[in-house]
Formats: sequence, structure tokens, C-alpha cells
Amino acid sequence: MGFFDKLKSAFTSEQPEVTETTEKYEKGLEKTRKSFSDRLNELFANFRSVDEDFFDELEELLIGADVGFDTTLKITEALRQEVKLRNAKEQSEVQNAIIEKLVDLYEQGDTTKQAIKLNADGLTVILFVGVNGVGKTTTIGKLAHQYLQEGKKVMLAAGDTFRAGAIDQLVVWGERVGATVVRGKEGGDPAAVVFDAVKHAKEQQTDILLVDTAGRLQNKVHLMNELEKMKRVIEKEVPDGPHEVLLVLDATTGQNAMIQAKQFKETTDVTGIVLTKLDGTAKGGIVLAIRNELQIPVKLVGLGEGMDDLQVFDPNEYAYGLFAQLIQK
Amino acid sequence: MAFEGLSERLQNAMAKLRKKGKISEADVKEMMREVRLALLEADVNFKVVKDFVKTVSDRAVGAEVLESLSPAQQVIKIVNEELTALMGGEQSQIAVAPKSPTVIMMVGLQGAGKTTTAGKLALLLKKKQNRKPLLVAADIYRPAAIQQLETLGKQLDIPVFSLGDQVSPVEIAKQAIQKAKDEHLDYVLIDTAGRLHIDETLMTELRDVKEVSNPSEIFLVVDAMTGQDAVTVADSFNEQLDVTGVILTKLDGDTRGGAALSIRAVTGKPIKFTGQGEKLEDLEPFYPDRMASRILGMGDMLTLIEKAQQDFDEKKAAEMTQKLKENSFDFNDFIEQMDQLQNMGPLEDILKMIPGMSNAPGLDQMKIDPKDMGRMKAIVLSMTPQERENPDMLSQSRRRRIARGSARPIAEVNRMIKQFNESKKMMSKMNKGNFEGMDGLFGNGIGGKIGKMAMNSMIRKNKKKMRKKNKKR
Repeated sequence: MGFFDKLKSAFTSEQPEVTETTEKYEKGLEKTRKSFSDRLNELFANFRSVDEDFFDELEELLIGADVGFDTTLKITEALRQEVKLRNAKEQSEVQNAIIEKLVDLYEQGDTTKQAIKLNADGLTVILFVGVNGVGKTTTIGKLAHQYLQEGKKVMLAAGDTFRAGAIDQLVVWGERVGATVVRGKEGGDPAAVVFDAVKHAKEQQTDILLVDTAGRLQNKVHLMNELEKMKRVIEKEVPDGPHEVLLVLDATTGQNAMIQAKQFKETTDVTGIVLTKLDGTAKGGIVLAIRNELQIPVKLVGLGEGMDDLQVFDPNEYAYGLFAQLIQK
Repeated sequence: MAFEGLSERLQNAMAKLRKKGKISEADVKEMMREVRLALLEADVNFKVVKDFVKTVSDRAVGAEVLESLSPAQQVIKIVNEELTALMGGEQSQIAVAPKSPTVIMMVGLQGAGKTTTAGKLALLLKKKQNRKPLLVAADIYRPAAIQQLETLGKQLDIPVFSLGDQVSPVEIAKQAIQKAKDEHLDYVLIDTAGRLHIDETLMTELRDVKEVSNPSEIFLVVDAMTGQDAVTVADSFNEQLDVTGVILTKLDGDTRGGAALSIRAVTGKPIKFTGQGEKLEDLEPFYPDRMASRILGMGDMLTLIEKAQQDFDEKKAAEMTQKLKENSFDFNDFIEQMDQLQNMGPLEDILKMIPGMSNAPGLDQMKIDPKDMGRMKAIVLSMTPQERENPDMLSQSRRRRIARGSARPIAEVNRMIKQFNESKKMMSKMNKGNFEGMDGLFGNGIGGKIGKMAMNSMIRKNKKKMRKKNKKR
């Protein structure tokens, strides 16, 4: 199943009545396989003309997707203008205008930042940060798998020395995908683990070092300081590193994600976001607001439990995904 | 920060209205808009907000608000009351099965904090209720989930049952209960794997586990930071498993936690506990009124009072008062007070609990590093006993020695001594019944009238509770 279908099924399986049997469930899936443009057409057919009702519904949809009130107003206002400006009357025109505008708003004319920055000649260090339980370790496992598939030499650093079983979790991932894991003692200094990992990575001519960190709430100053120290260690040992600092965000998180992004950006200068758990019913719309306010782009999205379920973020498909729900009404 | 408390929002709205002199129905509508926004910013689901605002509007449009002299405060009062009512009563007891063992299932999405909470709950049962719990590792999917629970079990000295990750959770549950029966353990806590509510296969598995283990409690563990989707998740889990209660985790973050309201409104199930920190003791009962205040950004006076009471040694307090009267407050007392303050939890949390402070400008930027306190302590501890008792003798050369001893720059030592002297001055002023010095502390007093009102109402509630307690005796 490609990314597109996944997004579709993720966004369309949100029927309130949960089907009792697997048989029914499969039928439900079948329904979602209907082509996406069909569904979009349906949406616009429901609203013969783009009137206030349409925008009201759009507003609710965006708020319901955790986009946040201010950004929602901004977006709907911009869309209103756009539709007026183009004098779009035909369904297809309106449809395009809206999707384009939404993607435009997101990209702000800057499409280059989407890809993960890799150091072509030498070691690339990627630091993963975020609050508890968002999926940092799992993301690292999946990403390691991808890079290994591309024939790169990957090393993992078990920088979560705090949570019970966190090191083991990364070690299991390491075994699963076939990457070396550098680990310290549970309860030890994570910065020391990072130092060791960088050293080993250099010695063994590793291409990519993925650094796991313990989940921490952004309002815990001492934990944020610890994170800053880890980053400093990397900066010191790898002159242009870390090449990426990825904030892992749970798509189910609401408005607090903005504060998370702000705080983590302040301490670790976050370069991108990994939006996880998008295979649920949550849409993680707050990333639109984060992009708008802090200019942090989403780089990867987590779409399932499988090793291949980490994908490059595509604003186009994301925008379609946001709209998909309107059709079900 | 984009978030302001409801009280601030309403005050701003009112400032505009005040020029008019009289409040009309349309003005109430305007205020309701602010209520709606505040709730949406707190992540309350928009459908829940809609219904809620309607209820509040109906009450507000009545004479209650229009004719009162302080409509904004009236609206807040109504909102707070309705919110508290909607959130239900306090219910933190855990069900007991008629025949031991009592089975508790932990369910929820990935990363909500089920395993940690299971550990915390087991500790609570063991410590506070003198029970013998058994933790059951039924998360066979996530790598090292079993190790995580086993590590927790070791830390807490609570047995953990596991059959590895090749045996089905249903079988694990069955055997665990048998083991508990054999060994006369009275609680079985089943830690299940995190799953999406739309994952039919895994949801069926949960139903099967429920079937064989006949649990007295099924706790849905929800991340307090959850956004609009909380409704869908809670509704879905509840429909398929008929959960008995909700545990809200990660409330020690700075989220408003509107998800609590959404979940409660949709499922009608009580929120029984809240996870408040990284330590395994950090599981607390859920207090609806406090949550209501938090969602509205109105502070949490009750928790503050309780914390202060809990950590306050009365005898020491009496000594302190005496010292204040004699104005013989010295560095030893300073350290003691600092320790007490530290015991109450992170300082910024405490500040947020004071009504009006949660939206004091700049407070959300203010972060107090617990290490700062440690540093101050180090400075004091580098003083000789005489110096601590008699701060006036701290000459430049002594200060230099202290700076070296505590490994802090001399400027910091100077600053701290200055601060100490200032607070001493302030205290002696307060002692003489002159509170002028305090004004500067809280800006315009404690968050203006609304803050005071909130504080009064909290104190009233607290008194009521005390009375109840006394009656019971």
C-alpha cells in the first residue's frame, strides 16, 4: 500500500460506529480504496457553490484537525480571498484553488527544506528530541532500516538512559535492522553515551549516526539543559553537526505541540519535525501553525507499525488528507 | 504565548464593554465567543465546546449576569461551575472484586504511558492500601516493553508476570490470574500493548483478554496533551471495551488538558487518576474543580494549599513566625525555607497555581531551574555557622572565600546576600502589618478581583471540606 492509500485509509476509517467483525472491516477498507479524486469531487458536489456554509464547515474541519483557532481563521480567510480572486465558479477551479493555496500557505515558496540533510562526505549525525511517548525510538528504528536499505552504514546511540527498558528497546531495533547500537548504563549520563557513539561512529567510518534521547516535557528545565549538553557534545566532536535535529511530534497532540516546538527549538535549534501516528484518526494539524509561526517544516511522517511505514512528508497529500473528512458528512 | 487564561480574555472583552455602561444580550454573546476560544485553545473538542457554550449562554443570558455589577466575573463563575459539574465528582477509589484477585486492565494508544502508569498504580496499591499486586506484561509487540515492566517491577519490588513475547496476551492473562490465585496476590494489573482504536485485530484481542480475565476495572490511559481527537479515541475504546475509568497522564507538562473535558463529556466515565511526574510516586487522584480551573487558566489554589499543608511542619512554622517577629531570620532559616519550597515541587508549577498568576505576563517564559536553588544552597553551606547566623559579618574577603568554596562567581554570592537582605527587610515590613512590599510581587495584587474571587472561593471550598472531615471524626 503506497503512502497515498495509507493516508486515505487513515483519514477515512473514522466511522463512528465501529464495525463488529473483520468482514465488515474489510468492506470498509474497500470503500476507502475508491480513488481520491472521486472523493474530492464528491466533496465539492456537496457544496454546489462555495458559500459561507462551506467555509463554516471548513473551519470546523480544520479546528477538529487540531490546526488551532488562529491559524484556522488565517487559512479560511486566505482561501476565501483566493476563491474570490480567481473568481472560481467551477467546482474543479475551486478545488484546485483551495488545495494550491493550502499547500502554498504551508510551503511559503520554500520547498527545498523537506528532505533530510545528509553530509555527503563523512558522518551525518541526526538528533531526535521530543516529549515522552511520541515514538522517538520507533522512528529511529524505521529510519535506520531505510538508510541500511540504501546501503549506508548506520549506527544508533541509546541516549535514553532514563526510562526503564528504553535501551533494550533500541537494542532490539538494532538487531532487527542490523545496525550497531552504542549504549551506556541505565541511569548514566546520556551526554557520555553520545560522546562514545560519535567516537565509535568516526572510527568505524559510519555514514549516519542516529541519536535517541529520553522523552522530556518541555517545561522541565533541568531535562532541557541535559538535552542542550548532548547537542553541545555533538557540536564539539562533529564540526558541522548535528546535521538535523528532529522533533518527534505525536499527531494526536493538540495545541501544546506549539509550545513543544517553541521550547525544543530554543534549546536544540530543531530543524525539522517527524509527525508520528498519522495512521490513527488524528491529523496533527498543529504542524500547519508551527510551520507558519516557527518555520519548522515537517520532514517525515509515521504511518504505521511496519518498518517501511516512515515516509517523506508531502504537503500536497497532507492537504488532500485534511479535506478527505469533509466528504463523509 | 498565544494562550491566555479565560479570566484575562474576559477582562479584555469587558474593558471594551465597560464604555457602554449597560450590558446587553449581544454583549453576553461576545463574551461567549471568548469562552469558546479559551476552551478551544485548551484543546476541548469543538463539538463539546459547542454544547457547553450553549449551556453556559442559557444561564448567562438569564438575569444572573445581565443585572450583576461584574458580568465578567459572573460568567467565569458560571463557566467554572458548569465545567466542574460536567467533569463529575472525585472518584479515585479502585474497585475490588468480590473474589480475589481483582483484575485491572490498562488500555490506550501507543505512548500514552500505560506501562509507567501500571507501575505507579501498583505502587499506590502496595503502599497506600497495603495490597499485593502482580504486574502482567501483556505487551508482546513493542520491543523491550516486557523489559520495561520488569525493570519497573524491580524498582518497586513488585512481582512481574511474563511469558515472553511469543505467547498470546489472552494466554498470558489467564496464567497470570492463576498465578495470583495460587500465590494469594490480590491485584492483577494487566499492561496491554498500545494500539490504535481503529486497529480491529488488536481491539479484538483486547476484547478477548477482557473476556478471560473478567476485569473489575479497565482504565483508559490518555495523554493530557491529546488534542481534538481525544473524543474519537475515548469513544471508540469505551464502545468496544466499556472502560470503567480514565487516567490522564503527563499533566506535569504545561498543557491545559482540555482533553479531560472532552473525554468526560463523550464517555461519561470518571477520570480517576492523573500522572504528575517522572517519579513512580507521582500518581494523584483527579480533582474536577482543579482541572476546571486549569483548563480556564485560572490557577489551582486548592492544590497549592494542600501542598503547603502537606509539606509544612507546624512546629517549624511556629518557630519561623517567632523568628520573623524578632527579626532574627538568618541563613539557616533561609535554607530551611528553600528546602520546604523545593519539597512542594517545581517552583513555576507552584506559581501557576496562584490564581491570576497563571496568566501573569511573562510567567510562561519564566523557568526556574531547580539547580539554581541547589546553587544558592551551596553558597549558604559554604558559610561558617557564625556567618549563617550573623549575615552582617560577611566581609568582602569572607565572600571571596564563600565563592571559592561553593564554586560560584563572586557576583552570584553578592547577589544572593543582597536578595537575602531584601527579603528580610520585606518580611519585617509585613510583620508590622505593612503589606506594601508585597504589591510589587504580584503586579496588581493577586490577579485583580478575579484572582481574589477565585482564591476566596477556593478557601471557602477548603473550609467546607475541613468541616466534613471534622464531622467524620
